[in-house]
Amino acid sequence: MSKGSTYKLQIGPTHPAFKEPVRFEFEVDGEHILNCDIDMGYTHRGIEKVAVERNFIQIIYLLERVCGICSFSHPMGYCLAVENAADMEVPARAKYIRTILGELERLHSHLLWTGVAAHEIGFDTLFYYTWTIREKVMDSLEAVTGNRVNYAMLTIGGVRRDITPDLVPMLRETVDYYHELYDKASEILLDDLTVRLRSENVGILTYDQAVNLCAVGPTARASGLAKDVRVDYPVNAYPDIPWLKAITPRDFGKEPVGDVYDRFIVRVLEIKQSIDIIEFCLDNMPEGPIAVETNAIKMINSLKKIQGEGIGRYEAPRGEVSHYHILDNREGPVCSKVKAPTYSNIISWVPMFLGAEIADIPLIMSAIDPCIACADRMSMVNRSGNKFQMSASDLRKLSIEKMNRIRGIKG
Amino acid sequence: MQEILVLILFILMTVVTGTYIGLVCKGVDRKLASYFQARIGPPIWQPFWDLKKLMLKQTIIPENAVKWIFTGAPLLALSSSVLLLIYIWIPYFLHLTGMGNAFFMKSGDLILIIYLLMVPAIALVVGGFASGSPLATIGAQREMVILMATELPIAVAIVTVAWRMGTLAPDAAPFALGTVAAYPFWGGMGPIGIIGGILLLFTFLTVIPAEVAKIPFDQAEAETEIAEGLVAEYSGKHFAFFQLAEGIKAVAITSLTVVMFFPQGFTALTGYRLEVSGVNITIAADIFFFLFKMFIVYTLAITIVRVSMARLKITQVSRLFILIITAISLSGFVLIYLDPAILKM
Repeated sequence: MSKGSTYKLQIGPTHPAFKEPVRFEFEVDGEHILNCDIDMGYTHRGIEKVAVERNFIQIIYLLERVCGICSFSHPMGYCLAVENAADMEVPARAKYIRTILGELERLHSHLLWTGVAAHEIGFDTLFYYTWTIREKVMDSLEAVTGNRVNYAMLTIGGVRRDITPDLVPMLRETVDYYHELYDKASEILLDDLTVRLRSENVGILTYDQAVNLCAVGPTARASGLAKDVRVDYPVNAYPDIPWLKAITPRDFGKEPVGDVYDRFIVRVLEIKQSIDIIEFCLDNMPEGPIAVETNAIKMINSLKKIQGEGIGRYEAPRGEVSHYHILDNREGPVCSKVKAPTYSNIISWVPMFLGAEIADIPLIMSAIDPCIACADRMSMVNRSGNKFQMSASDLRKLSIEKMNRIRGIKG
Repeated sequence: MQEILVLILFILMTVVTGTYIGLVCKGVDRKLASYFQARIGPPIWQPFWDLKKLMLKQTIIPENAVKWIFTGAPLLALSSSVLLLIYIWIPYFLHLTGMGNAFFMKSGDLILIIYLLMVPAIALVVGGFASGSPLATIGAQREMVILMATELPIAVAIVTVAWRMGTLAPDAAPFALGTVAAYPFWGGMGPIGIIGGILLLFTFLTVIPAEVAKIPFDQAEAETEIAEGLVAEYSGKHFAFFQLAEGIKAVAITSLTVVMFFPQGFTALTGYRLEVSGVNITIAADIFFFLFKMFIVYTLAITIVRVSMARLKITQVSRLFILIITAISLSGFVLIYLDPAILKM
């Protein structure tokens, strides 16, 4: 690296490579990045505050809109949290339907990510192909739930719509379609020379860094950290699947480096895993009811009797999403906390960016599959509308104050 | 006097048809690319509509830009591209018609073309630096790297062709395009020389996407990295001039490839002449044949390459051109140089 003068390069909040607003400030020497600062908070919408003012059923549909891609994972985390607080046992069939939907969502999210990553490195043909392939799973989701994006499928204690026998052939056809395509697609994705030139040894996150920075999801798994909520804290139908395991590049016969190429590998292998899980669920789907209680009013009334707190953890396509809700004899929770996978992964951007080139910025930025809208849980502004920063200890003090306030209402 | 008038007429025709063909090629390129990418794509005439709209749009000049350089650069790019096309097309077609070629035999040869090829890129660099945007500055730096990296392979290929002319026709001016068109490069070559020629052709086909800034060599404009880089601050008619210059330059460099490597006209190839009621119209067939060849080169070097690859990093590009492509072009030169000696053995 030359000892030339460095300069500041600001990328964002709006930039062609970004789907959502986030601002990076890089200190650059020539094409090499020396330092990086991340500024979030451009798309904060106060969802947690809105959630506290709604009832238990309304929140499901609100949380679907936290993120456009994880529109199953967020309500799933919420339902698990409320069921956890209410000690509710979900019918077996509902668990399987939830699993199928979760995996369909993972399938479409990973395909979407692949297309976006291909676009970031200028490989538009791959982008168009993957998004064309993705249409099949979107059609399946629409056939099952009635919607392509916000499925409105979940309810507390079950699901709202059944996967009827006449839907099964269509789902099996989808599974076969992806089984057939998989070998060809994985070859295009993982063997292409230019893709490898651009992604190998780019944006490296070592195993130790992944552990220390609490990376989650495919980002962590690509660094060799076998961490998957579906395996570690299984919910839904995942405990029934004997062969389920956290996928790392080792399953591809490659020692994990933690670069973008490894993240490609993990996501491609997870596409395969999702197809297999859907097939397993279709084969082993139990009969029975699909929800504890289908009447929303009755459900709210029974939840109103509950005091307590619940945590829901679920493996979204991008990693672990966890929800924390406090129930206190109200129609809705008194406190809602959403922790999206991107929130855990933001900080692992920094070691990835250091030493990279300007050309790597979009790829590294999209490598963790960021969802800024998920992660933007706060934005600090003063009365004149200017942003300001808070330290960790300030935030901790604020959190303690908030919890005391909530507990005060409780007590 | 009459000769000069004919020349001026030819130049005007070149400017008009060159612009038109540049835009049509762009449209066909986009349509073909969309076919390869399994989508519908824009109509072939889309570049014309784009140009029309850009001409009508407000032109914004950034506050901290150097105004006269910022506005002058697009004009420089456009005029040098047009000049480049004139110096390639007119000698070639004059040769095909068999008309007097004296002017272009004396002035305006391959060496001038090497320099003219650089001018639009330099105009982009200057305009990028003058626009005062950090993204454009990065783009300009990248464009300079590409410019310097591609210079040597092009020069080696062109010098080799000229050297070959020297042995084929010792009396003619070796660097004049008329000579290159009259004596096909491949004539009288042995197998070693043909391999060398193919290496040179490969060099040229690799350089074309870099010259017209298309994937995998569009680092200077890299949309997702530096937001169109060089032209990030350009809008309205200045941007339209750059677009036009890019289209014309693409036609010029593909034409240069055709003239250097496949100059045979219709008559030379088939031995027939087209005559309608006593008037020789072979030139019409020649023009269509030339456009056809040019379009094949355009598709091979630009469209197919850009849909089947990802954008490389600038370090990879400079390594590719300075080490690999230069080595390929030099070995092509050596093979062609050795060819007569081996043929004699």
